[in-house]
Amino acid sequence: MFENIIPHTETPERPASAEGNFYKPTGNKIGPGMNARIQKLRKLSFEAEPSLSIERALHETAFYKENFGKYSVPVLRALNFLDHCTKKTIYLGEGELIVGERGPKPKCVSTFPELTCHSVEDFHVLNTRDMQRYTISQEDIDLYEKEVIPYWQGKTQRERIFSHVPAEWKAAYEAGLFTEFMEQRAPGHTALDGKIYLRGMLDFKREIAANLASLDYLNDPEATDKAEQWKAMDISCDAVIVFAERHADLAEQMAAAEKDTVRADELRTIAEVCRRVPANAPRNLWEAIQMYWFVHLGTITELNGWDAMNPGHFDQHLAPFYYREVEEGTLTRDQAKELISCFWIKVNNHPAPPKVGITARESGTYNDFTNINIGGVKSDGTDGSSEVSYIMLEVIEELHVLQPGNSVHISAKTPDKFLHAAARVIRQGHGYPSVFNPDIYILELLRQGKSLQDAREGGCSGCIEVGAFGKEAYLLTGYLNVPKILEVTLNNGTDPVTGKVVGIATGDPRSFSSYEDLYNAFLKQLHFIVDQKMRVSNYIDRMFAKYAPAPFLSVVIDDCISRGKDYYDGGPRYNTSYIQCCGLGTVTDSLSALKKHVYEDATFKMDRVLKAVLKNFEGEEVLRQTIVNRTPFFGNDNEYADSIAVKVYDDLVAEIDGKPNIKPGGKYHLNMLSTTCHVYFGKVMGATPNGRLAGKSISDGTSPSHGADTHGPTAVVKSLTKLDHVKSGGTLLNQRFLPSLMRKDEDIRKLGQLIRSYFTLGGHHIQFNVVDTATLYAAQACPEDYKDLLVRMAGYSDYFNDMNADLQQEVIERTENDSF
Amino acid sequence: MSESLIFDIKRYAINDGPGIRVVVFFKGCNLHCAWCHNPESISPAREKMFAPAKCIRCGSCVEVCPEKAITLTPDGIVTDPDLCMVHGRCAEVCPTKAIEMSGRVMSVEEIMTVIENERVFFDHSGGGVTFSGGEPLIHTRMLKKLLNECGLRKIHRAVDTAGYVGSDLILDIAAVTDLFLYDLKMMDSDLHRRWTNVPNERILHNLTLLSEAGAEIIIRIPLMGGINDTEENIEQTAKFISGLAGKKKDVNLLPFHKIAQNKYMKLGRPESFELFEEPSKETLARVIDQFAGHGLKATVGG
Repeated sequence: MFENIIPHTETPERPASAEGNFYKPTGNKIGPGMNARIQKLRKLSFEAEPSLSIERALHETAFYKENFGKYSVPVLRALNFLDHCTKKTIYLGEGELIVGERGPKPKCVSTFPELTCHSVEDFHVLNTRDMQRYTISQEDIDLYEKEVIPYWQGKTQRERIFSHVPAEWKAAYEAGLFTEFMEQRAPGHTALDGKIYLRGMLDFKREIAANLASLDYLNDPEATDKAEQWKAMDISCDAVIVFAERHADLAEQMAAAEKDTVRADELRTIAEVCRRVPANAPRNLWEAIQMYWFVHLGTITELNGWDAMNPGHFDQHLAPFYYREVEEGTLTRDQAKELISCFWIKVNNHPAPPKVGITARESGTYNDFTNINIGGVKSDGTDGSSEVSYIMLEVIEELHVLQPGNSVHISAKTPDKFLHAAARVIRQGHGYPSVFNPDIYILELLRQGKSLQDAREGGCSGCIEVGAFGKEAYLLTGYLNVPKILEVTLNNGTDPVTGKVVGIATGDPRSFSSYEDLYNAFLKQLHFIVDQKMRVSNYIDRMFAKYAPAPFLSVVIDDCISRGKDYYDGGPRYNTSYIQCCGLGTVTDSLSALKKHVYEDATFKMDRVLKAVLKNFEGEEVLRQTIVNRTPFFGNDNEYADSIAVKVYDDLVAEIDGKPNIKPGGKYHLNMLSTTCHVYFGKVMGATPNGRLAGKSISDGTSPSHGADTHGPTAVVKSLTKLDHVKSGGTLLNQRFLPSLMRKDEDIRKLGQLIRSYFTLGGHHIQFNVVDTATLYAAQACPEDYKDLLVRMAGYSDYFNDMNADLQQEVIERTENDSF
Repeated sequence: MSESLIFDIKRYAINDGPGIRVVVFFKGCNLHCAWCHNPESISPAREKMFAPAKCIRCGSCVEVCPEKAITLTPDGIVTDPDLCMVHGRCAEVCPTKAIEMSGRVMSVEEIMTVIENERVFFDHSGGGVTFSGGEPLIHTRMLKKLLNECGLRKIHRAVDTAGYVGSDLILDIAAVTDLFLYDLKMMDSDLHRRWTNVPNERILHNLTLLSEAGAEIIIRIPLMGGINDTEENIEQTAKFISGLAGKKKDVNLLPFHKIAQNKYMKLGRPESFELFEEPSKETLARVIDQFAGHGLKATVGG
């Protein structure tokens, strides 16, 4: 019923060049180090068309029909999970070493009708849209219509949520002032620590049994609830063991029928591995990888949590196995690389679950944002990079697949050798790995109240957000459209795009006598909107705790077992709700334009600017160009603009950070992530006073507005580090680099030094998008967004936009031929 | 207070000396190379640059010009060079910065502030500042002050020069410079005069003196196909460089590229851009080989 009120998706189509993590159009090239098996598996994964599997929904619906009401909710959820693991189709593909799929085959995605139920129309749209298609047969659609949809109508989590939201929230939500993460997917955002490499499911079951045995029904009022939680956790451990055993059975059958003796041996090893893990702790690298993969699959089958699942510091977890086996002579470097490659391909086989409603019509992304942390520091504070880290960099470069995302973590203790190895991969121009600064994010985590060891075991998952791996529920609750809050402020509480009242009346800006008046009105509006957002996020949070607990995920996150509490119900040691603030660059530049041209220089009257903005600068090109070219903008190491950015950032922190999220000890924090939401937020906005035209995307993360940074990367770095990143849970800086800046090895070293400088100054994250010819063509079509493109050669430099078409073509050709 | 006309300051310069650098470009040059990639660097006066692609034909410049030197035509604005007094009022009002004035008077303090802002990058990369041009050495007083100031602040100093100055001066500057990027165009003095307006004896002599004085030097050679990339010229050049005192000099080859044409167009004199041939990959390889034959390491780019 609410499908009609949700105008847009949170994850619109992302341009490959803007974000990386995507295949290049010519990406079918095969890397140099891949062996025949990996080439084959990669090709299969690359070419498999994403499709939908209704198997999980059918199992679940039948199970709920029969069992709903018989058990407590946690036990019902666990039994439902066990039921599916017992019945689901098992896939074991040709040549695979690491096994297991969520669906019946690669890239075949389950649906989760208990959370949000796809309609017949949704399926047709998903089946036929141009971008990010998910195929599904008519037969399956018919079956879904007959078996699944009728049962879930009115009973989905999403419908429960939307039946309770207040009108003010709905108005602000529809206007695109914020998004809500949890209306289509379970709150997620989880990364694991090292516990599953030391303990198996049987060990967890023993711990649970001991807890159950010691329950104090005489004195503990929560004893019954805890008992139900523990029972549920215990059942869910069985579920993943059964799931693994079924793979072992299949592998043994296949081995018996396999004529190729080498493959038969492999299949027998697979069977042995699957009998060992996840029931027990892994003994070698193969088992360790398979262990993680079963846990990964368990969590993404149980629910469809945001950002899939993350292995955390995967290289650090695998390194002890690797070194021991290499020492013992039971594993070669090549074999390790092959196994890691197999894992990489497995992750790539798992596109994100598609959304429902009108959002299904707009394209989303296949990326489910599993992010592998490479390098960094260990929990004792020493350098975490190892040979496995270098193997992973090679795998990234050679496989060149969409998933998993990857990041390198460069602390002051990280050797330059590792940084330069990573920079060489960056030079390939795929946009990854992204680069993180553990020395700062450890401080971020400490500031949020984590212990030193837990902070050091933490890192970044999904995109740029930090958490204490294996011990924290850090839920992303949604994006906040900060420039839109200014837009509403400039219209006294009304959304100029729709004419509806979406905020509170803070006064007609024409009546403001100073910049401070304007800024204070903006702060009032901000407070109102954030309040709306938090109220509903808290409410949804409780709905998940009550109706959609995650007993299996709770097994692997401390301290859910010892507390007898679910992951969604305050079970984890730390409980964070993040609000992701978007558009710092856009809002800063807009405020800067108003401050300078209206209040200081009096170049233009407020009335004229407001009118110009309302009509998308039509007939006001001189005004617009004056603002665009003669306003201090964020990202140029310019104190005027940067001080505005710092003020806005600090005020966002003051508004959000530390507010309770109604879980025991749980708090709200902010991070400055936008993923692709800046595109959607731009679409729901009119023009802005910084000269940005209506509908165009707002700035991403903490990056400067597109093209606003015209003084090169060092100036951007200086501007960015005027913000105190430690007060956030992550900032995001995308930097565009022309390939001419990464030509020689010496250039790569200097890129590393730029990163070191940024991190010394306190930067959290930086990502480099090497400009390709597609970007240059885009710059020709839309010069204003690419004012920063400086063509540099020894002894010469000029802005791309200043060139005529012929010379731009020359630059494009040189870029294409790599001949700078 | 010293001031000079600066036409550009480039941050994150990675091709003009070691590490991450700031390059300060002085305006005005005593050579006039036919292939100059930065034609706005030659004149010691402010110049008006116009990028037609950015012009929205608003007419703001036409209104504001006190000399009425600008007219708005269907093809954009046209400036009458005979009337234009280069006040730069047009550039002040141009909303799109299609018109910009090349050359800004800057003081030592202003330049030092920009340099100082980049210190963290110098520290991490072993970088510093490079004074380039134009010819920085003809801005003698200003250059010396800047070099001294950087010396006091322990910032690495490079000077990019064509070397066509008095020997006393260049040795004087050498005392406060950590590295010279020394341009060598060609060995035949007549040809040198033909292509750059000046003969090369003094340039070669100064290079010899600097080497004897123990200065740190990287040789930079702009390469124009068929002009100075010939086997003969390269051979003579390599021989000369390898004969210089002190340790072996590294050689940077800067191949001609036609992208620089754009700046001629912005200056309103596209006709003065002479299109040279870009040295082919094979030629570059041969040139590098020739230098190697004399024990010299030559690389393409800075």
